Amino acid sequence: MTDAATEESAKPTTPVPAPEQPRRKRNWRPWLWAFPALFLLSVFLLWPVLRTIQISFYDGSVINPTKEFVGVDNYERLLTNDPFFIRRELPPWSALFNSALWVVLFTSGVLGMGMLVAVLADKVRYEKLAKAIIFLPLVISFTAASVVFRLVYASDPDIGLINAALDGVGLGPVAFLGEANFANFAIIAAGIWVWTSLAMTILAAAYKSLPGSVLEAAAIDGSNAWQTFWRVSVPMMLGPIIVVAITMIINALKAIDLVLVMTAGGPRGSTRIVGYTVFLEIFNNNKAGYGSAAAVILLILMIPMMWFQLRQIRRGAD
Amino acid sequence: MTTQDTSPETQPKTLGGQLVKVVSTGGVHVILIGVALLWLIPSLGLFVTSLRTRAASSQSGWWTALTDFDFTLDNYDTVLNSADLPPPGFADNFINTFIITIPSTILPIAVAAFAAYAFAWMNFRGRDWIFLGVVAMLVIPLQVTWVPVLKIFNQLNLTGQFWGLWLAHTAYGLPFAIFLLRNFFADLPKDLFESARIDGASEIKVFFRIVVPLSIPALASLAIFQFVWVWNDLMNALIFLQDVEKFPLTVGINNLLGQYGNEWHLLAAGAFISMIVPLIVFFALQRYFVRGLTAGAVKG
Repeated sequence: MTDAATEESAKPTTPVPAPEQPRRKRNWRPWLWAFPALFLLSVFLLWPVLRTIQISFYDGSVINPTKEFVGVDNYERLLTNDPFFIRRELPPWSALFNSALWVVLFTSGVLGMGMLVAVLADKVRYEKLAKAIIFLPLVISFTAASVVFRLVYASDPDIGLINAALDGVGLGPVAFLGEANFANFAIIAAGIWVWTSLAMTILAAAYKSLPGSVLEAAAIDGSNAWQTFWRVSVPMMLGPIIVVAITMIINALKAIDLVLVMTAGGPRGSTRIVGYTVFLEIFNNNKAGYGSAAAVILLILMIPMMWFQLRQIRRGAD
Repeated sequence: MTTQDTSPETQPKTLGGQLVKVVSTGGVHVILIGVALLWLIPSLGLFVTSLRTRAASSQSGWWTALTDFDFTLDNYDTVLNSADLPPPGFADNFINTFIITIPSTILPIAVAAFAAYAFAWMNFRGRDWIFLGVVAMLVIPLQVTWVPVLKIFNQLNLTGQFWGLWLAHTAYGLPFAIFLLRNFFADLPKDLFESARIDGASEIKVFFRIVVPLSIPALASLAIFQFVWVWNDLMNALIFLQDVEKFPLTVGINNLLGQYGNEWHLLAAGAFISMIVPLIVFFALQRYFVRGLTAGAVKG
C-alpha cells in the first residue's frame, strides 16, 4: 500500500458542497447531462424495486410473475411457515438466523482482524508485504475464493489442510461444509478472509493519522499499550470504525456468491441466508412472488444502513 | 494487542525493561506473520494443486508436494483445451469475460462522468435531492431487481445477449461511480470554471478540456475498480446471460464444480486462470485499486 493511497483513504466519503453556479438560462441542459444516468438508474434500479414490491403480493413464475394476487400470503408463509426461512426448533439454522449470524460474526471478525493487522503492521518493516498478502483475497472473485476454501475444508485428510492437521492430532475428519452445525460458520470464515483487507486499509489510514503527541501523553501518564489502545486510539478512530462496520453489515446482508458456490444453501438448507433464499426461490423453484417477498424483507433490513449512510453524506456536505 | 508499543523512541534502561521490549516486539512479529500465513496458505494450496497431476492431487495433500517436486502444466492445458469439460471451455470463458468486462467498464464511467459533472457544477431544481437518491441506491441489494429486469430483457430480446449484461452492469455501477466522481469534480478549484466560462467556453469544452484531464486519477481508480468488480461477477452473468456459449470464467468454474467437484487438479487450474487478470491488475496498479476501493467504503 503506497502512502498516497493511505493518505487518501484517511477520510473516506466526505463530499464538498457543490458551488453555486449563476447561470439561469437554458435550464434543460443539466438534465441532458444527467439523463443517460438517470434513465438507466430508473430502469434497472428504481422501477425494479417498486415492481418487486408489487410482485411480492402475487403468486407467479419468472415468466409470469403476477399470475394471481395473493395479498400478504407470501410474507405470512415466509415468516410463520417456512422452516428454511425461520426455524422454531433447534438447531436454529435457517435463512434469517444465518443472516443474523453473518451480520454479527462476519462484521466483528472483519473489524477485529482488520484492526489487528492495521495496528501491528504499523510497527514492522515488512508492512507493505504483509498488507499485500492480506489484500489479495479481495482481488479474486468470490467464486475463486469459494474453490480455495472448498479445498481448505475438504474432509479427506489427504486433500484438506485443516483435516490433515486434525488428523495429525488424532481428531476428525470433519466435513466442514457437509455438517449443518459447521457449514454456516465455515462460509462466514471465508467471508472474513475475503473482506478483512478493506477494514485493514481504512483502519490503517486512520491509525496512522492519530496525532503522536496524544499517544505519547497517554504513555507518559502511565497507561500501558493495551489501555492506550482502548482508551485513546479506539475512541479517536470511532468514525472510520463505524464506517467499516456499516459497510460490512451491508456486505453480510448482500452476500450470496460464497453460499451459492460453496454449499448452494446445503446441507439440508443449513447455510441459506436471506440473500440466497431470494435466488433459490426465484430461479430454482420458479416462485417469483415468494422470492420477491424475501427480497423485500432483505430491502427492509437494508433501510437502517441506507439511513445511516445518507446521514454520513449529508453531514459531510454541511 | 497487548504487545503494541506506542513509544518506540523511549529505550527502557533496566535489563528487565529491555527483556520485556524484546518479548513484546517478538509477539508482534509472531502474530503478524501468523495472520499473513493464514491469508496466504489457502491460495498457495490451490496454486500448488493446480500444478500437480490428477493422481498426485487425489492421493496426497498439496503440502507434500512442497518437498517432493513433481509439477506439471498439463492441468492448464486440459482446462483450456479439453473437449470433455462443460462447454464452452475455459478458453472461451476467458474471451467472454473480456467481452463482458471491457464495455461494462467504459460505459458506466462515461455515463457517470456526465451526470457527476451536472451534479457538481450545474444548477437545477432538486439537484441535491436527486444526488442523495442516487447515493441511496448504493445500498439496494441486486436481488431486489432480478425478476423485473429479466422481464424487461425478455421483452426486448436482450436475455442471453452481451448488450443486456453490459447495460445491467452499467446501471448497477452508476451509483458508486456518480458518487465518487461528483465528489472529486466538486473538489476542483472553482476559479478554473469561472475563467473558462468568462472566456466563453461551452460546458462540453470545460468538461473535456478541464474536468477530464484533471480527474485522471479518479477516473483510473474507478476504471480499475469497476473492471475487477465486473470481471469477478458471477450472479449477473448467471441470471442475465443464460447462454452456455457466452458464460464468463466465474460461471465456468461454478459449472466445473457441479460436474467435477472432486477433480481438484482441474478446479484449481480453472480458478487460477480466472485470477490471473485481476492479480496482474492489482500488482501493476495497486495504488489506484486501493484508492478506488477505500473511496467506496460505502459501496456494498
